Amino acid sequence: MSDAAKKVDGITRESTQKMIDEALEAYPEKGRKKRAPHLAPNDPEAAASCVKSNRKTVPGVMSARGCAYAGAKGVVWGPIRDMVHVSHGPVGCGWYSWGTRRNLMTGKNGVSQFGMQFTSDFQEKDIVYGGDKKLAVLLKEAKELFPLAKGISVLSECPVGLIGDDINAVAKKMTKELDIPVIPCNCEGFRGVSQSLGHHISNDTIRDYIIETREFVEPETPYDIALIGDYNIGGDVWSAKDLLAEIGLNVKATWTGDGEMERIAATHRVKLNLIHCYRSMNYMCRVMEEKYGIPWVEFNFFGPTNIKKSLRMIAERFDDRIKDNVEKVIAKYDPIMQKVVDEYRPRLEGKKVMLYVGGLRPRHTVGAYEDLGMVVVGAGYEFAHGDDYERTMPEMPEATVIYDDASEHELEHFVKELQPDLVGSGIKEKYLFQKMGLPFRQMHSWDYSGPYHAYQGFPVFARDIDMAVNSPTWKLVKSPF
Amino acid sequence: MANELGLTVKPVSGITPEDEARVSAWIDTPEYREKNFARQALVINPAHGCQPLGAELCAHGFEGTLPFTHGSQGCASYYRSTLNRHFREPAPAVSDAMTEDGAVFGGQNNLHEGLENAIALYHPKMVAVFTSCMPEVIGDDLSAFIKNARQKGFLPRELPVPYANTPSFNGSHVTGYDAMLLSILQTLTEGKKIEGRCTGKLNVIPGFDANTANYREYKRILDAFGIPFTMLADISESFDSPNDGNYRLYPGGTPLVEAADAVNGKATLTLAPYATLKTFPWIKENFSGAHASLPMPMGIARTDALLLKLSELFDRPVPDVLKAERGRAVDAMTDAQQYMHGKKFAVYGDADLILGYVAFLLEMGATPHHVLCSKGSKKIEKDVQALLDASPYGKGAHIWMNRDLWHLRSLLMTDPVDGLLGDTHGKFAARDAKIPLFRFGFPVFDRVNRHRSPIVGYTGAVNMLTEICNKFLDLVDETCDERHFEMMR
Repeated sequence: MSDAAKKVDGITRESTQKMIDEALEAYPEKGRKKRAPHLAPNDPEAAASCVKSNRKTVPGVMSARGCAYAGAKGVVWGPIRDMVHVSHGPVGCGWYSWGTRRNLMTGKNGVSQFGMQFTSDFQEKDIVYGGDKKLAVLLKEAKELFPLAKGISVLSECPVGLIGDDINAVAKKMTKELDIPVIPCNCEGFRGVSQSLGHHISNDTIRDYIIETREFVEPETPYDIALIGDYNIGGDVWSAKDLLAEIGLNVKATWTGDGEMERIAATHRVKLNLIHCYRSMNYMCRVMEEKYGIPWVEFNFFGPTNIKKSLRMIAERFDDRIKDNVEKVIAKYDPIMQKVVDEYRPRLEGKKVMLYVGGLRPRHTVGAYEDLGMVVVGAGYEFAHGDDYERTMPEMPEATVIYDDASEHELEHFVKELQPDLVGSGIKEKYLFQKMGLPFRQMHSWDYSGPYHAYQGFPVFARDIDMAVNSPTWKLVKSPF
Repeated sequence: MANELGLTVKPVSGITPEDEARVSAWIDTPEYREKNFARQALVINPAHGCQPLGAELCAHGFEGTLPFTHGSQGCASYYRSTLNRHFREPAPAVSDAMTEDGAVFGGQNNLHEGLENAIALYHPKMVAVFTSCMPEVIGDDLSAFIKNARQKGFLPRELPVPYANTPSFNGSHVTGYDAMLLSILQTLTEGKKIEGRCTGKLNVIPGFDANTANYREYKRILDAFGIPFTMLADISESFDSPNDGNYRLYPGGTPLVEAADAVNGKATLTLAPYATLKTFPWIKENFSGAHASLPMPMGIARTDALLLKLSELFDRPVPDVLKAERGRAVDAMTDAQQYMHGKKFAVYGDADLILGYVAFLLEMGATPHHVLCSKGSKKIEKDVQALLDASPYGKGAHIWMNRDLWHLRSLLMTDPVDGLLGDTHGKFAARDAKIPLFRFGFPVFDRVNRHRSPIVGYTGAVNMLTEICNKFLDLVDETCDERHFEMMR
């Protein structure tokens, strides 16, 4: 995808390694040893990941990571709109993750979509005596109060696994009694090292409990696909779906942004899976490939260059009808996108960006920044694995810094050294860098904007990046006295 | 492998518009309300978080203090991001990232390694340790762990490390605030009490208050009196620091030396009785000087009570500037009373806040028709009832303890009001009920600068009535027919 060996003036393997070594100096010996393998200068040609990843977070370093529950509730399950998702355990986890991801939903809140907080609100006595009975009662209450819900997920918080509750047995029993699927998901926050295991556990749960339990009523066509790993942040799914429909594909199910359990359950009937967020959902793509022979394609809908490339790649999987449509669509949008680029690129040309996001976006958005004339000078992930870094390294310029599960100390040091014009990361990082007078965009939530995916998304993305970088407010930071 | 629940395979049926319309109408009915209120186990849209969140807020209120979650890292990320979103400020805090092996071996190694790294990287003057669920369930002994950390050299000898057990399956963020504050004060003041010494200062405790302007308002009032003070857990700079191009890890907080000397204070005043349920009795036993507990000073009478108490404690007259301010606030209230008089409100939130809302509304001649606390108690209920009973505008009002915002929705649909006072989480219920939501509580994720506008003191009363009345006037202008669209309101 990248031109051979992109380079950035002033960045060499030596300069980057020096910067990394300086950041590591502050650590005690043990901490330094643990962190060092997670930081490296990029080698776009290397066959294997240049950094270690998916390891335990080093205690005390100020990591941005979340937990397995966050990956299950916030990422995979939460966006499925026709289900009640119960945060099973104490009140906090569900409260903090209530409405804070921006996975938008169609339907009426509390009636046909359930973007709310359902919790068993564990008290001391539930810890002592167990919460299984309470769970059975609350499931009944949920079914009665939300009769249109197609299913209920039970997402375990830390105490549930520690006290030895058997939510799987309760779920099985209540599924029969209530005649709707009650899905147990053992995603306690202490499992694994990050959100990532929560994604995996949730994928497995979908595999074990949901898929194959529904059939589409409309007749099959050769153009039936599922959109996997798009969570409809700020409406991304809607933008992506519109484009896929425009090239003639039938999006039968979305995983899981604005998703429906029923359609997810019938996904074994599609002809192709298109996966955007590889990190969180490659597991299910592999399962569906092995079990049902459904092929899958990784694609990228950030920025016109990637969109065009992805559309043509997708078209390769279909007949001439789709191929023709794709060329027509590209011809239609090219001039529109060019206008966007013409408007913003002059103000953004040569600006440097540093990215630190979840498990996909740093590599996927490099091209979109480049469409705007910007250069990405550092990238890393909270919870990526080796295969994510392998996909990242060719996208990034030679010798730029790659960081895995970066601590705030490291990020601050890199930013001070590299002086980027924009930092793209999460809410916990946002205000730190803004206090340094640096433009920042939240790249998990699109900073309350969006969509950023596909042709509808790029103009919004370009506007937002320009707004962040060129806001006159940054010029007020330095006072005249 | 699939279909482990043994479900019958069904066709995708979706949700029909008819079903959606039918259930939409049903959930607004008294019949639904009855079912909703019959819930025994399921909590839907509660209005409170868990203990460690409050502990973290408290810890940020002390100079150079690094909040430290002993537990899973995901917990720490949730607390931090909640504070980031509300204040639109950094919330630097660490965790010791306990994982599965912690369940087997306990969390001591994580705590020790975490302390060593955090101290090396972030150079705190104090580390405030609090727990999330995991160590609480497995029974980690924090006291022993921290003692061992000192013995093994993971902690510098002089570095204070207060710790609080803050299990999330008990209480709320307010409980955790209290536990952390108590531990910090116990730690800092240990051995600092000097017989006969008096700092001459007032110790003020604002409580779990996520409005930085309230802290500034208290300071302004005390400055007007000329009363020297120590604010205990002062988050006003920590969560409202200037942007001058320099990121400061610890931009503010109560100086540790001052906090330690608070034990020799002339007087100690809590302005959040429910956020200091444990701390204040301990202070009464251990701190020198006078001790007083007042409700959060919202509205005129409660601000009067504060000024009278300050006057009494420090034997100083209420300054003219504050007398004039009172007069202006009352003037604003008499000018605007017609826009609130007789209007019904629903309020929800933490105990100290809802008591303040109720007091203020009653002063305006408005009725706090539904008063809801999702982490309630008999004591809170009694306090609210006493307030309601003292005013003719409290007649017929309802108190709902341990009810959530889905209960509130039923109340709003079946026994409607004109406005809702609470936090961002009430926006769904407010939208369904087609009434404005006034975001005076915590957290506010969807409006800017709410925390920069005080709701305490006379200024706070003016701010609240301005926001409420002008919103009602905006609504009139936006919704009235052409014939009634007038120049004056």
